[in-house]
Parts: sequence; C-alpha cells; structure tokens
Amino acid sequence: MTTPSKKLRFATVWLAGCSGCHMSFLDLDEWLFELAEHVDVVFSPVASDLKTYPEQVDVCLVEGAVANVDNLELALQLRQRTRLVISFGDCAVTGNVPALRNLWADVDGGSRQSVLDRSYLELADIGAQHPHAPGIVPELLERVRPLHEVIPVDLYLPGCPPSAERIRAAIEPLLRGETPAMEGTAMLQFG
Amino acid sequence: MSVHTLTVDGMEVAVPEGATLLDAVRAAGVELPTLCHLDGLSPVGACRLCLVEMETSGHLQPACATAAGEGMAVLTQTPQLQHYRRMAVELFFAEGNHVCAFCVANGNCELQDVAVAVGMDHSRFPYQYPNRRVDASHPRFAIDHHRCILCTRCVRVCDEIEGAHVWDVANRGGECSIIAGLDQPWGEVQACTSCGKCVDVCPTGAIFRKDDTTAEKEANRERPQLLRSAREQHQWQNQ
Ligand code: SF4
Ligand code: SF4
Ligand code: SF4
Ligand code: FES
Repeated sequence: MTTPSKKLRFATVWLAGCSGCHMSFLDLDEWLFELAEHVDVVFSPVASDLKTYPEQVDVCLVEGAVANVDNLELALQLRQRTRLVISFGDCAVTGNVPALRNLWADVDGGSRQSVLDRSYLELADIGAQHPHAPGIVPELLERVRPLHEVIPVDLYLPGCPPSAERIRAAIEPLLRGETPAMEGTAMLQFG
Repeated sequence: MSVHTLTVDGMEVAVPEGATLLDAVRAAGVELPTLCHLDGLSPVGACRLCLVEMETSGHLQPACATAAGEGMAVLTQTPQLQHYRRMAVELFFAEGNHVCAFCVANGNCELQDVAVAVGMDHSRFPYQYPNRRVDASHPRFAIDHHRCILCTRCVRVCDEIEGAHVWDVANRGGECSIIAGLDQPWGEVQACTSCGKCVDVCPTGAIFRKDDTTAEKEANRERPQLLRSAREQHQWQNQ
C-alpha cells in the first residue's frame, strides 16, 4: 500500500448506543496501529479528549441513534464538518434498541414520558423523581430516529455490533481512497 | 406428460405442464428471492418478492403464483425489478418491529437473508413502530406479532398439511394480523395438535419455541415438501 501524502482526519462519535460498536472497533487490536499510521484521530470518545467536534474531518464513524437534543446538535454539527459520514452499527442505521420506546408514541404522554416514568418513577426504590437539570441533562426527543433521518449519510455499516472484521473491511478501502463494497452476509446482515 | 418451453433471461428451459414460472426460473438456474412461497404449500403471491417481467407485455407477475405457458419469455433481473424488490424488503422492515440483535431467529431468518440478497443497507422508509401483541399462551410455542410479515405460511401449513386450521388472517391494511381460532389466545384453541409445523415454516422469528432465546431458533422449512411427497408419491425421506 502506498502511504497517502496526507493523513486522513478521522473521528468517531457516540450518540444513543451502548458503546458496543466502539468496543468492537477496539477489537481491531493490532490493526489499530496500522490505522494510526494512516489517520489522525481528531475526535473520539475512546481515543481523544476533545469536547468540541473539529472542522474539516475526512471520515467519521457515528454510533447510536438520535434520541436527545445533544445527539441532534452533534449530528447536525458533524455533518457540516465532515466529508464522509458513516452510520456505524444497527442503532445508527435502524434506531434498533434505543428506538424501541417509539412503540409508546401513541399512549398518553408519548414515548418520552413513558420511558422516563418507567425508569425514574415505577422502577425507583427510593427518591422517585424525574431528572431535571436544564442545560446539563439533555432533553429526550419524542421520537428516536436513525441517523439518516436527521442528516445525509454516505455509508451504512450495519451490525449489532458490526464485527471487527466488518469494520476493517469497510475502513481499509477508504484509506486508499476507494469505496468499500458493502454486499453479502459478511458486510450487510443486521443483528 | 406435456412440456412447456419458455425463456428465462434469454435462456431456454422446458418445464412440465402445471409448473409455475418460479419452477421455470429455478430450472434455468436463476436465483429469485421468495418469502411467502414454500415448496409443499399452495401459492398465495402475498409478498411480491418473486415478481418477474413478461418480456412482450412488460407486465409484472409473481413467479410463484403464475402458471408457466408455452412460448413465454420472462426477465428476472431488470433494474425496475431490482428496485421494487429492495423497496419491498425495506417496507417489510419498516412495517413491523424488527430488532435482529435480540431476535430468536437472528442468523436463521429468511427476511434477514433476503435483505442481504437485495443489498439493503438501510431502510429509506420511516419505521412505523406498530404496537402489536405477543401471545405466549401456548404451553410450548409463542407468536410475536411484531416480527410477523403476514406471509401466511403458518395458515397454510396448519390447514393443508396438519389439517387443524388453527390460523387465519383477520382485518385489513395496518390492522391486518394472524389470529388463532376465533381470535383467541393460541393456548385456548383446542384444534392445535402442538405439531410445531407452523414454528418450522415461519420464515422469521414470529413463531418460535419457548425454549429458544436470542439467535437459537432452528427451523425445518423442508417439512411440508417432505410430508407431501411422502403422502402423495410415497417417497420417504430415509429411502
Ligand atoms: S424476524 Fe428476522 S428480520 Fe425480524 S428481527 Fe428477527 S431476525 Fe431480524
Ligand atoms: S402447532 Fe401444528 S396444529 Fe398447532 S397451530 Fe401450529 S401447525 Fe397448527
Ligand atoms: S407468523 Fe410467521 S408464518 Fe405466520 S404469517 Fe407471520 S411470518 Fe408468516
Ligand atoms: S414468493 Fe412469490 S409472491 Fe411471495
């Protein structure tokens, strides 16, 4: 492989997901050293301490659905500042588990109220109360959405989580400036 | 026995009288995705995945439910058909609640397989999140309507092969659902012999054995065809 003259500016983002996709990314083990030779990690919950999403990012892996106002703000921001956005894992691609509360959209109070009541009132042992800290605890959106319903997505990398091999097969061609062939069970199967 | 000669994607094939276009497509060695069709059960043409184009008229027909005729010419891989197939699969996912990650059929699901076959990497249609039921009243099996794609295989196998006719289809449109007996809990339907054939033929994780948890469902989707050839041609699996 010829080394590109300039390193790719690479980011990973964690929205409403369990972090399993990021754990699977870390399962790439020693290949991460090879990746590090081709990219600068400019933003990531597992490899950088920056709090603000930087400008002029080349590739970003986005784990998780869009479930609260912070997720939405970061999604819109990263789209503006990123060349290639990848929907990373089933929560980003389909909504998956975090979007299950959408099933309660039609009940009294809607999905947001239902999930908060269940978690913080019904299941509380002591001190049952709703979390309320404006500006600190982000408000939930009424409907949890897959990433592509909020911003345009360039590549979909499904799986819950996508295996390390699948992640590598998707990223490796990008380092050479090529588009990965997302086809067949090994690359596409959900779950 | 008389024979029909026809072409599939330009290839000439001969099939016996009474064969369907799906038989002809298979005889030509062409892969066509199917979901509602199952060898050994009567055709219904419910899922529209097997649509083919009639070369002369341009009409689209479900191959599983259309008789093969002399001189027919069908196309199976036009861009329009590929477009419709992927759309149909996306609509199946958007219409129900499919969370493969914790589904009993994860890794053994025909809906998952056709999604891969048509190259579905995401759904362009917004998910509907219908609030459906789970019926676990049967002592050994359960039906989770969230994962049902209304293919009616369970209805047909129970009626045509087991002869118990436990299942039916009720209502229309978004309210359409599979019901047991007279819309009773499955466990209360005395006609059910607990033979497990509906579990075996269900293409998804909708009907399953209660013993099975995530990704543990095993299905025997050849069962109706084996039973039919045993009964009608006296050919047994172990002969
Ligand atoms: S039935 Fe198939 S497609 Fe639906 S959740 Fe289960 S594995 Fe996924
Ligand atoms: S177990 Fe057998 S008899 Fe009972 S509903 Fe299923 S196919 Fe019908
Ligand atoms: S329960 Fe299974 S076999 Fe019956 S209609 Fe639904 S998907 Fe088809
Ligand atoms: S397989 Fe032919 S319509 Fe379903």
